[in-house]
Amino acid sequence: MTPRADASAEPGHDRPVRDAVAALWDRVSTGDEHAAVQVVRSAVAAGVDREVVLLDVVGAVQARVGAEWAANRLTVAQEHAATAINDRIVTVLTSEGDRPRGGTRIAVACVDGEWHALPARLLAEVLKLRGFAVDYLGAQVPTPHLVAHLHRTGPDLVALSASLATRLPGAHAAITACQAAGVPVLAGGAAFGADGRYARLLGADLWAPDARTAADLLADRPPRHPRPAGQPVDDLPHLEDQEYTLVVRSTPRLVEAVYGRLEQRFPAMRHYTDSQRGHTADDLTHIVEFLATTLYTDDDALFGGFVVWTAGILAARGVPAVFLPPALDFLVAELHDFPRATRILEHARARLTGAPPDHREGRPTAP
Amino acid sequence: MAKFDGVVTPVPDGRWDAAPYPVVVADTAGVIRSVNDPARRLFPGADAGRSVAAGVGGWLDAAHRRAVSAGSTSGVSGVVGERTFEAHPVRGDGTVAWWLVDDTDVRRAREALHVERHRAALLGRISSALLTSLNPRRCMSTTAELAAAHLADAAVTIAPGTARGGIPITTCVRDGRAEHTVLEVDPAEVVGLAEALQGFPPVPSRWIDPASAPSWLVPPGMGEVGSIVVTPLPGHGVPAGALVLLRRTGQDAFDEDEEAFARLFAARAGAAMSAARMYTQQAQITELLLRDLLPPVLRRIDGVEFAGRYQPARDTERVGGDFYDVHPPRDGSAESLVVFGDVCGKGLEAAVLTGKVRTTLQALLPLADDHLRVLRMLNDALLRSHHTRFVTLVLASVARVEDGVRLRLTSAGHMPPLIVGLDGEVREADTAGTLVGVLPEINATTAELTLAPGETCLLYTDGITEAHGGPLGREMFGEERLQRALEDCAGMPAEAIAEHVHMLASRWVGSGEHDDIALLAISAPRRFDVTDDRTAG
Repeated sequence: MTPRADASAEPGHDRPVRDAVAALWDRVSTGDEHAAVQVVRSAVAAGVDREVVLLDVVGAVQARVGAEWAANRLTVAQEHAATAINDRIVTVLTSEGDRPRGGTRIAVACVDGEWHALPARLLAEVLKLRGFAVDYLGAQVPTPHLVAHLHRTGPDLVALSASLATRLPGAHAAITACQAAGVPVLAGGAAFGADGRYARLLGADLWAPDARTAADLLADRPPRHPRPAGQPVDDLPHLEDQEYTLVVRSTPRLVEAVYGRLEQRFPAMRHYTDSQRGHTADDLTHIVEFLATTLYTDDDALFGGFVVWTAGILAARGVPAVFLPPALDFLVAELHDFPRATRILEHARARLTGAPPDHREGRPTAP
Repeated sequence: MAKFDGVVTPVPDGRWDAAPYPVVVADTAGVIRSVNDPARRLFPGADAGRSVAAGVGGWLDAAHRRAVSAGSTSGVSGVVGERTFEAHPVRGDGTVAWWLVDDTDVRRAREALHVERHRAALLGRISSALLTSLNPRRCMSTTAELAAAHLADAAVTIAPGTARGGIPITTCVRDGRAEHTVLEVDPAEVVGLAEALQGFPPVPSRWIDPASAPSWLVPPGMGEVGSIVVTPLPGHGVPAGALVLLRRTGQDAFDEDEEAFARLFAARAGAAMSAARMYTQQAQITELLLRDLLPPVLRRIDGVEFAGRYQPARDTERVGGDFYDVHPPRDGSAESLVVFGDVCGKGLEAAVLTGKVRTTLQALLPLADDHLRVLRMLNDALLRSHHTRFVTLVLASVARVEDGVRLRLTSAGHMPPLIVGLDGEVREADTAGTLVGVLPEINATTAELTLAPGETCLLYTDGITEAHGGPLGREMFGEERLQRALEDCAGMPAEAIAEHVHMLASRWVGSGEHDDIALLAISAPRRFDVTDDRTAG
């Protein structure tokens, strides 16, 4: 994981920014909210630009939270605790000092089901600092709420954030709904790919790799109209084979079937505790969800990257990934009537056995 | 291709006279050799022996030369007086006979068809553009931009006045961007405008003298105005406003066709603007009525952290049967009162009852010292009302004390509050009671306890514990799984615990159906801030 923004791009801020990142990580990872707030307050008092504090200090620490979770040095619960503190810091940081609100109005929202709100929150705050009028709608905004908001407030643009690749089908629905309501969409977040390929695939009007670029793009030349409305299937003609729909619908059945076969292959699994069973079933569910998402985008690399990354995550937790290749094989057996699913699974199988697992490589999602 | 040999064969007169079309026969030198009667009537000067150029016209002469030199057999079009003709060559022995066919009507029909097709396509595009948004201001901008692009040099959309006064006006000059303002102007200054803004039946477009037009009607950058037409927009029983089209001096005024097209445009723009207006009125009413039903935004009080999460059962709704409130301490009291509960049922109907319960409890705040008394009075109130639904709830009195946070918890038929200890131990608060709104007599016991710094009390509804899903799609999340999840949450701030539990339950149900979900975490922070949110800004 690399920090969202490159601190060296801001000459003169190198040292204080690096110090602040180290100090903030220290406070956040030990759950000391009070001290964490003091760190950013003193960075601002020392003259570090608020945008730099938001993106290069808070953003960098949040990126590290994700990396530490991946390396199993933070639990999910601790990740939430750290994120809550970062969120609180953003509140403190941005409630001090009022900025004029400009003419361009932007709605910032996470797509339905997306829990990682901080990237969107940071973008919203940066846009406010740059003088935009911003409505921040928060995490997991159901598309009907988003569209109602657009009709009610008539913003010039929607900035949609998604971190997990499995949110892409939902993001597609949100993008087309906003465009149908006459509002162009900027897509951002790890889910859309490091090069924004999924933003283009799903027909977003703009894509930005980070909050700073997004703000520059919007200040420079915001699009006035969304691309002409079309049918979602125009973007994704492969959806016609229904493989995505059918796999989504049968996810629990697939998980159960693969679990059963794994239990036969690895008799030790029969003595798993409830919690171990739960974790294994969760892992299988994620695999099937990623398979479904890959069927939606039809990009083999998405699933391949996820499987390799999962192997790395499991290794970091001391869980040998022996069950991964057979799990993929069992899925191929379950889905033998699905040519695209079979192709995607076999591609991933080859990557898994061909390349040594490395949890930093090909990571398709944010934590 | 064979060329003419230059031998001139005389063509006897009268040979072509029986032909129903004009025919002109000319030799390779471009000299007319013969014409029939219809051709003679069409070209009075086309006598035999004259050149094609002089007798008929340059257009046929050029085609004739091509036919002679290159053997071209393609037809050609030419204008004769007010009509147009297609001339088709037929080669003879050293001559070319030109058959002329009058295609004036066909051509006019084709042109009309082309214009109509273009307009139909344009109206289609315009309709799609206008129908996208239900936002009145956006609708006005779209209307002005489209009108300026297709109908006039500039366009102004004027909407009926707002409740706050002033008239919303959007102007757009061709190739420019729509500009929106709200002006304190008198629409009566423009003939017919006041009526249009009141929703009177639309009258035909009205020409007004540019000299008499008020300055606010003319967009800046427009230049000198040659003609102005005001068209009321037809609305669906609600006033939609008016469209003003302007052309610069030097431009043609609007012709009949353009006016007809402008009326078609106005019909669509009016429909879109009145739909947006009606939607907005309804949305504003809904917003107002919902305001008191939505869960409040929680904040710290006396350093105690409160964090809430709320998710109605249905995506399309913003309220449901779960509810919570945090009432800060009243004068003379040190305790905040948390009200947290669940009305049986979901959707708007259940939400309406939550509003009633919340209002009743707010009125009972002065009695908050005695939880049981509050519950009994609420019970009486609900029994007397026409609602048949019942309520389960928890009352929590919260006070900051020296060594943490003092809690008094009373459950009325609700799931027991969970206490997350610093060591990761999770225990149920020892309180139980009767649900409210069913039985004439109710009872409840109150648990008293103190949260040490870093400890949290979590209130939740059955939307969490009875969430169906999981990897296999049919398991209940359950109290045990909730308690296990909370064991990992020791020492976490209230916001993080609420977020974490909400996420776990939400992932558990996946895309499946769920009940309303509400969570409220009360935490004694590990280090108390001196200030709370009211002063920390």
